[in-house]
Amino acid sequence: MLSFIVRRFAATIVVLLVASFVVYQLTAISGDPLQELRVGGDQQALVRIAYLTEVLDLDVPPALRYFFWLSGAAGCLIGQCDLGISVSKGGAEVTEILGTAMASTLQLITLATILSILVGVAVGMTTALRQYSGYDYTVTFFAFVFYSLPIFWVAVLLKEFGAIQFNRFLENPVLSNSALALVSLFLAAMVTGIAGGGLKTRVRVFLMSLVLVGALLISLNLSQWLKYPSIGMVGAVLISALIAGVVLLLTTGFGQRRSLLIVGAMPLVTGAMWLPGQYLFFYVDGLLGILAITAILAAIGVGLALVFGGDGRREIARASGVVGALSGLVLVVDEALQYWSRYLELIPIKSGFVSTIGAVTPTIAREDNMWLSLLDGYAHLILPTAALMIISVAGYTRYARASLLEVMNQDYIRTARAKGLSERVVVVRHAFRNAMIPITTIIAFDISGLIGGAIITERVFAWEGMGALFNRGLNDVDVNLVMGFFLVTGLFAVIGNLVADLLYTALDPRIRVN
Amino acid sequence: MARKRPTNEMAINREITIEQRETEGLSLGTIVRRRFFAHKAAISSLVVLILITLLAFTSVGVVIGGSGNLITDTATGRLTVDGFRIPGWWQYNWYENYEILNPGGTPTMTFWPFDPGQHPFGQDTLGKDIFARVMRGMQQSLTVILLVGVLSTVIGVIVGAVSGYLRGFLDSALMRLTDVIIIIPTLVLGAVLGRTFGGSAWSLGLLLGLIAWTGLARLVRAEFLALREREFVDAARVAGASSFRIIFRHILPNSIGVIVVNATLLMSAAILIETSLSYLGFGIVSPDISLGQIISEYNEAFKTRPWLFWYPGLFIVLIALAINFIGDGLRDAFDPRQRRVPRVDGAISDIKKIFARGRK
Repeated sequence: MLSFIVRRFAATIVVLLVASFVVYQLTAISGDPLQELRVGGDQQALVRIAYLTEVLDLDVPPALRYFFWLSGAAGCLIGQCDLGISVSKGGAEVTEILGTAMASTLQLITLATILSILVGVAVGMTTALRQYSGYDYTVTFFAFVFYSLPIFWVAVLLKEFGAIQFNRFLENPVLSNSALALVSLFLAAMVTGIAGGGLKTRVRVFLMSLVLVGALLISLNLSQWLKYPSIGMVGAVLISALIAGVVLLLTTGFGQRRSLLIVGAMPLVTGAMWLPGQYLFFYVDGLLGILAITAILAAIGVGLALVFGGDGRREIARASGVVGALSGLVLVVDEALQYWSRYLELIPIKSGFVSTIGAVTPTIAREDNMWLSLLDGYAHLILPTAALMIISVAGYTRYARASLLEVMNQDYIRTARAKGLSERVVVVRHAFRNAMIPITTIIAFDISGLIGGAIITERVFAWEGMGALFNRGLNDVDVNLVMGFFLVTGLFAVIGNLVADLLYTALDPRIRVN
Repeated sequence: MARKRPTNEMAINREITIEQRETEGLSLGTIVRRRFFAHKAAISSLVVLILITLLAFTSVGVVIGGSGNLITDTATGRLTVDGFRIPGWWQYNWYENYEILNPGGTPTMTFWPFDPGQHPFGQDTLGKDIFARVMRGMQQSLTVILLVGVLSTVIGVIVGAVSGYLRGFLDSALMRLTDVIIIIPTLVLGAVLGRTFGGSAWSLGLLLGLIAWTGLARLVRAEFLALREREFVDAARVAGASSFRIIFRHILPNSIGVIVVNATLLMSAAILIETSLSYLGFGIVSPDISLGQIISEYNEAFKTRPWLFWYPGLFIVLIALAINFIGDGLRDAFDPRQRRVPRVDGAISDIKKIFARGRK
């Protein structure tokens, strides 16, 4: 196994070296970095030309110059990175620029990736379970449409309709009657599609969800929730109960009394933790508070299960731990929402909540309050995340659907059904886990490609990340900057490939290395 | 429930027998063609794509040869394009400025009653006709798609076939080359190359074709690795067929499904990459135009002149969507497992049953 990894890694490193040579040469011959200075031609420009030629070794042909760069980059192995300086960024060290750019890009893509995987897998698998239904056809059609959208076009449309119109709506957030009817009809139709079944079931599910969604929306309107959003203790308990339900459905099921009681107790624990949580957030500042509340709730869940869990304590501990951690996050959101009205007061009147450009609002950054910064960060993330999600959700939906369909036709699913397991156990225990094997490797591969893949999104939303570096570097023929970008993306691609391979062998015992 | 309901399983069995009866004695080509023509989404996409292509090439005419640069005609003093131009039926062209008809250049098209008017897609600030520009841009984007499709399919098939069939040293050399190209993101490689050698539709199409074949080559190689162990290949070899003949006459026709489907998907990816590169300014650049270049050029004008933005984008989506659906139809046609079985336990069949009972 180890020799497999080593051999694999060595081969890809050679490939990476050759690829970096190619990129270096192509970038170097794409233009003259001194062109603007040459046009000027005065004394100052001549001095600058001489200086840059000296610093960047421009008098050496690119094929040789690459090895100067490589020797600097090789220093990374012994902790002395020297990727040169970037002229287009005012002569700063490329390693330093890369650090901030990577942080910014990670911030941009993390949420989008997690959400796309969750939504894409959920939607894709439900369509596979309802194959050839109206719901399946609708989702398939829209997946194709979204897959065909150019992201720069979507992004501009989102800016106009997602941000500007939504901000206008937020000034007086009351749903009109027609919007209310449309939203409830849409959601009810979707729930009916997922639930499936014959005509009778569908009519019943449709009417029930219509009434439920309608009532929820009307109460949102009446309580002015959209204007003063909050969760509160009751909300936290309800949301936590919802999470507990989903987790139970996916893990142990509702049949086991112990697990039902323990996981069902977690929402009550969350409710009990609400008031202590307020104090905790007041005294323990910053990220530590968030980590603390999630860890405490998860620990309570695991502890409860270990003490009262009986024979199945490990499975129950896993489920209740997950519910606890997620409920902790609900409390975090609740805390952040308490700063909502103050946030709206602080941001510039014209810009509105959903921000279209950049990563931070300067006035908020000056406040130095973590909760305000959190809200601010998400306000800036909404649009790019939506743009990235629209495209990648479509892809994951297709993968997940194909993967689950493949598995559902296997003999062991027939066996599981034949021995009388409930459909939930067949789908969740036998089909879902096996269907996730190929998807996991695709995800590992995708994530590694994402670090450099947001070039266009970053451009549209003026986000200063890796993609912006590449754009800048290529526009100004700044070879060091482009190479820094490529080094990071290339390394991530190599690691992602390796992780995907290893995951595959680890998850699927049928596959042996060699 | 005591009443026995027909299940999906029964429908599948029934379907298989029908299917087998239908395909008895037919060639693979005929079966695939019939399945493809039965795929409604794919066939309507094919029609749409053909209509769009005809519209793009006949409306503003074609320029053959020449540098494609804009030059001033010495005789009339008007702008023309360098090269031999076959005029189209549309009265305006994509490079001249016209008098602005509507205030701000808003589109003259009305949908009810339908009337295209003088400038159906509107005009820009200089008075250029957006319909003509979108048509010309579409021509260039379609040219790129075709070039990428043909070039990368040919390269991918040859590389994949040679390394899959011959194996050994040539295989590892070609696969390492593939690895080198794959590790550089297509958008990055396209941008770096496009900045130096790109600019026009032909150069960009050739460039993208030279780098987009890697995925196809890997798939074709895998297919060849599996097929070369089959008996019919042994039989051909024993009969004295050359490697060339075995690759192209015996194995290639058997892997045509993988090739055709992936070539289609490559082409739908090609239009998105072309428009993205042109949007970033590393693909097709002025004076040549493409759909992405138009959007990039009018990027800032969305608030004041949204039509400059709507129409090129809509046509990008339309082309990409049509090609994707065609690819889906081809995949279903080539893959016997992908048969669509009508559901017999859903709501629609319940409604049908109610109606059937009512008629009795």
